[in-house]
Amino acid sequence: MNEQIRHGAGTTVALFVTCLVDLFRPSVGFAAVHLLERAGFRVEVPEAQTCCGQPAYNSGDSITAAGLAAQVIRTFSEYDYVVAPSGSCAATIIAHYPDLLRHDPALQAAARDLADRTWELMRFLAEVADLEARDTTFEGSVAYHDSCSGLRELGIREQPRKLLSGVHGLRLHEMEDRDVCCGFGGTFCVKYPEISERMVDDKLDAIRDTGASTLLSGDLGCLLNMAGRMHRRGMQVRAYHVAEVLAGMSDEPAIGEGRKR
Amino acid sequence: MRSDAHEFKTRARDALRDPQLREALGRARDGFVGKRQKSIDRFPDFDALRERGRRIKNHTLAHLDVYLERFERQVVAAGGTVHWALDEDQARQTVVSICRQAGACRVTKAKTMVGEEVGINAAIEAAGMEAIETDLGEYIIQLAKEPPSHIIAPAVHKTRQQISDLFRDHHHGGDAARALREVPELVDEARAVLRQKFLSADVGITGANFLVAETGSIVLVTNEGNADLTHTLPRVHIAIAGIEKLVPDLDDATDLLRLLGRSATGQDLSAYTTLVTGPRRSDDPDGPEQFHVVLLDNGRSRMLGNRFRDMLRCIRCGACMNHCPVYAAVGGHAYGWVYPGPMGSVLTPLFVGLERTRDLPNACTLNGRCLSVCPVKIPLPDLLRELRGEQNAQRLTPATTRYGLRLWGMFARRPRLYHGVARALVGLLGLLGRRRGRFRRLPLAGAWTSVRDLPAPQGQTFQSAWRAYQRRNER
Repeated sequence: MNEQIRHGAGTTVALFVTCLVDLFRPSVGFAAVHLLERAGFRVEVPEAQTCCGQPAYNSGDSITAAGLAAQVIRTFSEYDYVVAPSGSCAATIIAHYPDLLRHDPALQAAARDLADRTWELMRFLAEVADLEARDTTFEGSVAYHDSCSGLRELGIREQPRKLLSGVHGLRLHEMEDRDVCCGFGGTFCVKYPEISERMVDDKLDAIRDTGASTLLSGDLGCLLNMAGRMHRRGMQVRAYHVAEVLAGMSDEPAIGEGRKR
Repeated sequence: MRSDAHEFKTRARDALRDPQLREALGRARDGFVGKRQKSIDRFPDFDALRERGRRIKNHTLAHLDVYLERFERQVVAAGGTVHWALDEDQARQTVVSICRQAGACRVTKAKTMVGEEVGINAAIEAAGMEAIETDLGEYIIQLAKEPPSHIIAPAVHKTRQQISDLFRDHHHGGDAARALREVPELVDEARAVLRQKFLSADVGITGANFLVAETGSIVLVTNEGNADLTHTLPRVHIAIAGIEKLVPDLDDATDLLRLLGRSATGQDLSAYTTLVTGPRRSDDPDGPEQFHVVLLDNGRSRMLGNRFRDMLRCIRCGACMNHCPVYAAVGGHAYGWVYPGPMGSVLTPLFVGLERTRDLPNACTLNGRCLSVCPVKIPLPDLLRELRGEQNAQRLTPATTRYGLRLWGMFARRPRLYHGVARALVGLLGLLGRRRGRFRRLPLAGAWTSVRDLPAPQGQTFQSAWRAYQRRNER
């Protein structure tokens, strides 16, 4: 395979699973592994990983966050690449660990080193792996939600769209106000549920107006929020992580859908 | 001004249930966002200009003492007076005593957010003088006895019908026999009423968009020309401004003006841009006899020395609130003080105190859209996170959150324990939610399920599924 020649068969990628994928939707993790392997990488999943610490960091508990950051830095110190199927978790490592650990110069240097090796999955597939999803099929119209951390902290916008453009049968419909938050915001959505409700409703109206039958995004947090609200409203739109569609794994029940039997 | 920021949650809830507010906010948001984008699309390299704006403000803040003294010297050389106000009290006293010395009965005012910050109107009225707002939006909310809900468009929360009703109640002794449906009809009526006030005012109070150290000038920007009538017609002009409004010279002011108009209203330049330097000179056809500048600190110099210094770059354009989805949902009054939206959520806790503003830094998803439009690149999400850190350190965060996070942290730092418990919990939830795929209600998840279903976990953690998959492959 030419990918393997390009990257060298020995190049190893460590998957940073993210706690939400680990707990709620392991199929996203398998989709990520599948895509990375298809691009010619060897994938490892270090067992000592749990959470990147973002909930503590964003709640102002930098001591707890720094403890978790140090654990992540140790766990992933040996890998050429660290890839996460989430813009939010990847941005925590890339854009925030160095500042979080500014009081410890040695750890801060290690954080910078990890930040240089860490990638959000879509960006990695498009810019490092040069993957094309030519042999995947998905019949249907989709709307794509840009998650805020990925969009603004990591510049992820065209990469997933480019990858999706290779999928046979897939028609992408852009929504209005596509750079506006869906109202998830981590702990925000449970601290201020009514404000979050208004925000997610505005987002769902924009999705509905595209006429798309499937919603895709690169972050499970946003997807759990939007899918949960769509089910509450009785909206007939199915939600998947973009990696699941790219990996041809959309036969799995959509987020919030039950097993047939 | 008194702060009601501690009531954020109740005020937000009321706002979410107000259909007229929703209508007004929706229209305003679409207007502001679209116009800003169009004006920036026409501009060759707006990001380079933003970077220049950031540098101008950083440079000024780094040498603020030098520029403040230079500004004072130039104001005095032009025949004006500079007054230094350490806090709200001093600012109010200074303004009131200038008005008294002028023997004033009537004071006209152009929109000044610093004036709102220190509560100028109440002080003037308590001293037995009449204070009249001349910016159309400020005039409307003065009639309605409400604080502003937006720093650029103070009455943005009002629908046209509400404004029409207000005018009917307050003008012409409540005479109802006129149309007052279209915008020009409303503007014409307000203009006719205000014209009389302009001509009979003794003192005019304005803010200042910029203070120019090189020339001792203040820069005033409006779209109604009301600031010009406010400062040229009365005998005395008082300009009140925060010390962070300073810029070194006119070139810098020009760069910031190009950022301000586009960011605020999508205009290349506002309709009226005026430089005021000193009182009326002997050969001037008009202008005030006295020119006073009141420079307000009120906590700003403290910010120079801490992690919130970046906030002093703010040029009060309002772009952050125009692009904030939380502001769009709840409107400006929910924030409870002068400055709403993202910039207000940073400033209000710093000015009013962390204790009575606990919600403001937290009522934000940290989505970063505010930072992406800020003309001087203030890292608003980082500053809000920093405030959350201060809250946490001062134990103002609810104990359940603080201990909950620490417990979660201890747990997540023991991966084997974590994975074991996660496997068991996810297995149980996966089983319970297998058929339906989601939960309408779940113990301990009430805040989530109050507005949305909780998608059920698939049933295995990735870690356990991955180990099992690897074992199968090895065989």
